[in-house]
Amino acid sequence: MVLTVSAERMGLLRWWLFFLLLLLPLGVLVEGLLTDNLGADPAMYIVKELGFWAICWLWLTLGVTPARKFLGWRWLTRYRRMLGLYAFFYAVLHLLAFATFLLGWRWDILMTELTKRPYIVVGLLALLLLLPLAITSTHGMRRRLGKRWKKLHTLIYPASLLVLLHFIWQIRSDFLQQLIFAILLAILLGYQLYLKRRS
Amino acid sequence: MDRYSSGKSQPIKSSEITPESVYRDRRRFMQAALSVAAIPMVGLPSLAGAAGYDIPADLPRYKGPQWLQPKLADAVRNTELSSSETLAPYYHAITHNNFYEFGSDKRDPVRNAQKFVTDPWKVEISGEVAKPGNYNLEDILAPHTLEDRIYRLRCVEAWSMVIPWSGFSLADLIRRFEPTSKAKYVQFTTLLDKEQMPGQRGFFGTIKWPYVEALRMDEAMHPLTLMAVGLYGNALPPQNGAPLRLVVPWKYGFKSIKSIVRIHFSETMPSTSWNITAPDEYGFYANVNPAVDHPRWSQATERRLPSSLLTPNIIDTLPFNGYAGQVAHLYKGMDLTRWF
Repeated sequence: MVLTVSAERMGLLRWWLFFLLLLLPLGVLVEGLLTDNLGADPAMYIVKELGFWAICWLWLTLGVTPARKFLGWRWLTRYRRMLGLYAFFYAVLHLLAFATFLLGWRWDILMTELTKRPYIVVGLLALLLLLPLAITSTHGMRRRLGKRWKKLHTLIYPASLLVLLHFIWQIRSDFLQQLIFAILLAILLGYQLYLKRRS
Repeated sequence: MDRYSSGKSQPIKSSEITPESVYRDRRRFMQAALSVAAIPMVGLPSLAGAAGYDIPADLPRYKGPQWLQPKLADAVRNTELSSSETLAPYYHAITHNNFYEFGSDKRDPVRNAQKFVTDPWKVEISGEVAKPGNYNLEDILAPHTLEDRIYRLRCVEAWSMVIPWSGFSLADLIRRFEPTSKAKYVQFTTLLDKEQMPGQRGFFGTIKWPYVEALRMDEAMHPLTLMAVGLYGNALPPQNGAPLRLVVPWKYGFKSIKSIVRIHFSETMPSTSWNITAPDEYGFYANVNPAVDHPRWSQATERRLPSSLLTPNIIDTLPFNGYAGQVAHLYKGMDLTRWF
């Protein structure tokens, strides 16, 4: 009895720890903003940072299954939904920051950017693919959708490929970050393919 | 912000005035960023700059070598060629730099360039000239008096700043070395020094070092084309391209090559770094042109820095960055969508 209570408490503690950890980059950004420590172009800095962390959380979401199989981290599965929702949350903030801080909601510019710029189009498309996943992330929806839920949530794979393309299209000269994220995604998606072949 | 302005300043919105407390924090950041700064570079925090630019007392000033200081002090404002728009704050101009030799992030150069040795400095003059040679920068500058000029700087990434430079017309320098009739182009080369420039050591970049840029002879001889040795009345900070850089205000910023060690005259069109890296994105001319988009983003507008978060300072980009009256004739009859 005593043991179960403390395990529950540990679980709750871990949940909060995880929750706050994923919130941390946003907190650091806000802190930097309030102290004016984001450089001469805070708008661009914020947009880039939010995008970067959205990618990190999305890749982590994809890493949940391999981490369970290889490292035996069964506990991580409980946080998959939180990870995915955080990826979506940072991506939405990324888009909002882009429209607000960089374009000032000037509709004329916004419309041409969202339709004509390939890298923005694929980024937006990725976000649209993630939207139904965020909406159907609740337990109730999962129950209601049954088998179709799992199928729907494979949309994360094409979404992640679009996100990678969106990221690669930002390269000016240095491509180390993009290279690392591409290799990681190749491993993560490759593993999923391998699992599918085997079953 | 009016203390940065240059005469005819526009009225300032109260939202644009930075509260004192924010200032102090920012300076703490600056001091941290510059903690590696070589002491001799940081001047006494008392006097205003030679040209009357009011630089915040706790930000570093770059005095430059002894021989340069009287020249900077004697620099006279060229009002005819100067913009009367509000200057970028000094802090922004020395911390927001594209100088990939010191890192590709805008804040890398101010962190990584403080120990960059810019004196003594030699410049090689070569190619189609009567007087080629390897000259000390001091000797190159000797006959020239410096001017202060306030130019708009439009980056190809669609942001811009208004910057006060100190320098002299490139044309005056070129004439001294007597280019031959075969000299149709001038190519500039940045220092190649992997020891001092961490950006040149990386494996994961697409730029081939050293950085090279070039102008057509008539562009180089245009009175607007400036060889700069100073910024805000002081010497050029290393992160801004000390000790000698080009400033071509009607072209995208990447044309204005920094830390020049070689000026070469040739008959054929020379290679330029960004054009080699991505020929479909960056042309030889790179004239500021709102009608020709970068393949990945729009060039129709720009964010004039500093821009506040909720009301980004978006302005329409002007043909030739607003210098069309002076330079458009250079490109008469040329298809600027082809020769972008």
